[in-house]
Amino acid sequence: MPAASPSRSPSWNNEARGSSVSNIGSFDERVRTFDWSIAERELEYTAGSGINIGWYCADRICAKGGAQKLALLWENAQGEEKRFTYDDVRVYSNAVGAFLRRLGVERGDRVCLFMDKVPELYIGAVGVLKIGAIAQPLFSAFGDESLHVRLENAGTSVIVTQRKHASKVRKILDRLPQLRHVVIVDHDGARALKEREVAFRMEAERVETLDLCPTTAESPSLLHYTSGTTGMPKGVQHVHYSLVSQYLTAKWVLDLTEKDIYWCTADPGWVTKTSYGIIAPWSLGVTQVVLDAGFSAEAWYRLIEKYRVTVWYSAPTAIRSLMKAGDELVKQFDLSSLRHLISVGEPLNAEAVVWSERVFGLAFHDSYWQTETGSIVISNYPGLPIKAGSMGKPFPGVTAGLLDVQTFEPITAPGVVGVIALRPDWPAMMRGYWQNEATYQAKFKNGWYMPGDRARLDREGYFWFVGRDDDVINTAGHLVSPFEVESALLEHPAVAESAVVSKPDPINMEVVKAFVALKPGFSPSDELELDIMNFIRKKLSPLAMPQAIEYVASLPKTRSGKIMRRLLHAKEWGEDLGDTSTIEND
Amino acid sequence: MDDLKDVILEYVIAEYGDEDDKITYDTPLISGGLVDSFSMVSLKRFLEVKYKIAIPDADASPEAFDSVHKIAELVRRFTA
Repeated sequence: MPAASPSRSPSWNNEARGSSVSNIGSFDERVRTFDWSIAERELEYTAGSGINIGWYCADRICAKGGAQKLALLWENAQGEEKRFTYDDVRVYSNAVGAFLRRLGVERGDRVCLFMDKVPELYIGAVGVLKIGAIAQPLFSAFGDESLHVRLENAGTSVIVTQRKHASKVRKILDRLPQLRHVVIVDHDGARALKEREVAFRMEAERVETLDLCPTTAESPSLLHYTSGTTGMPKGVQHVHYSLVSQYLTAKWVLDLTEKDIYWCTADPGWVTKTSYGIIAPWSLGVTQVVLDAGFSAEAWYRLIEKYRVTVWYSAPTAIRSLMKAGDELVKQFDLSSLRHLISVGEPLNAEAVVWSERVFGLAFHDSYWQTETGSIVISNYPGLPIKAGSMGKPFPGVTAGLLDVQTFEPITAPGVVGVIALRPDWPAMMRGYWQNEATYQAKFKNGWYMPGDRARLDREGYFWFVGRDDDVINTAGHLVSPFEVESALLEHPAVAESAVVSKPDPINMEVVKAFVALKPGFSPSDELELDIMNFIRKKLSPLAMPQAIEYVASLPKTRSGKIMRRLLHAKEWGEDLGDTSTIEND
Repeated sequence: MDDLKDVILEYVIAEYGDEDDKITYDTPLISGGLVDSFSMVSLKRFLEVKYKIAIPDADASPEAFDSVHKIAELVRRFTA
């Protein structure tokens, strides 16, 4: 990874793509001849040499002549706009890295990025990776308790945030002695900085050189938190070698080329935005757009029209919200620049695929992966027929199958439901859960990694999603742990016990529902319901807030006292209650 | 003085605002990112509880909740 020497090259532009041939070409041929060295060669990486994602996302593009190419087109709800070239990303990520080093951040330290979709988050992540620290992005809508458990678990030493989110950090500072600094990226001097807070303006200085940390393939890069059925959130550890997967999947599934204007609508607190909203597009030298605003169908279409977006990576919840906004709205905008649409986060229903084909003239391609897999593992591909409602086929180089839910033996017969299983040998696969080896090992059976989802296969080898294999709630593509919500509910003064399950939702696929038994002295009321909802929203996050609360006298339990969440889930989904012989009879 | 709008504004500031937000009757709440689609459910619940109304999901669109002014208009439709 030599020092960068920026220069202009006519090849780094966004002229319309002249050919309709996709990057992947023949899917079957790719499967037959696949080797990850394809990506390694393109990235000019050789086994055993240095690899640093931060350098690949900025300095390498500049060194190859892309310094003046636009890397980021950003705007917010107030209409402010900013543009960053790859050279800007290079020097400002250097500035972030240099600043963090001055604060004492060293290789392997965890640096939390707790911000909205602001440029400091995207470029900041590159800076953190350049100095060999571990970037820990967290959803900026997290409440103080959600934030606390994740910072405490990771032993985070620095959090980078905005003024508007600093109050949440201040509330938990006393319980986080290891958190040395709170970096405020938009401090305006109107209020005095508080304990451990320090101001930093990313664009205040262009830092031309930075000693790059000599990271190698297995050096830790990112720590993403995800929720499970039981226990506290798990920190998913990734390494710099993940770049190889993220680069090639973006090229073959998202079909990105240097001529594209790309929009990944994911929130930066989640893995989609780091893998496919920072690492993949920038390592490919692609121009991407970011809209830092809440959802509005009109604003989304306007953005596509304004920036001539060509490749759009979104999520089923957003697509269903666009469907709800109606076909007429689509006709008010020139969306002819779009050429490839991809979806991720939850299963993409067939209706959404059919709708997008009708209104955009392009079908959304569903892709499947998760925080742990780090990159797309099953997908629909450009040039391969889409079966509306299907997850698609395994990415070349990824061995995926189904296992029997009881015996964990492979299933080959079409139509039989099993748990999805993956051979854990692609570059972006997680390397562990942070300080939680037992939970990590429990995810494997007979050499297979199990993501926790059930599916069936058809005769052509397409996967069809059936449902989760556990109690985790997938709401709008984000996983919510029922255990975490139940634990927080118990801290409400009126709640004696609770059970949390998913409830069907036409837009978000699932939402959180809580069954609540009250303490003596409290009576069910609409006011109490609202109070409980807001309590969870502020403590955990809006995603975790129960959208429905049902008061019950008591919860169904086994004779050993365990709450039978399964029964409540079946009731919500209109499913058969199954075996109820173990239920406790009062 | 508009009591309905002031009650809603006060609630929005208390529940969804932060120290830097200067929320007015016309501040974009949903499209501006102050209130997300999940939090909108609790805001809708507040209106239903406070004004003893039921707002159908079809009427609870992001556009209808995008400002205090618009929310007040929506509530008036169901309390009239």
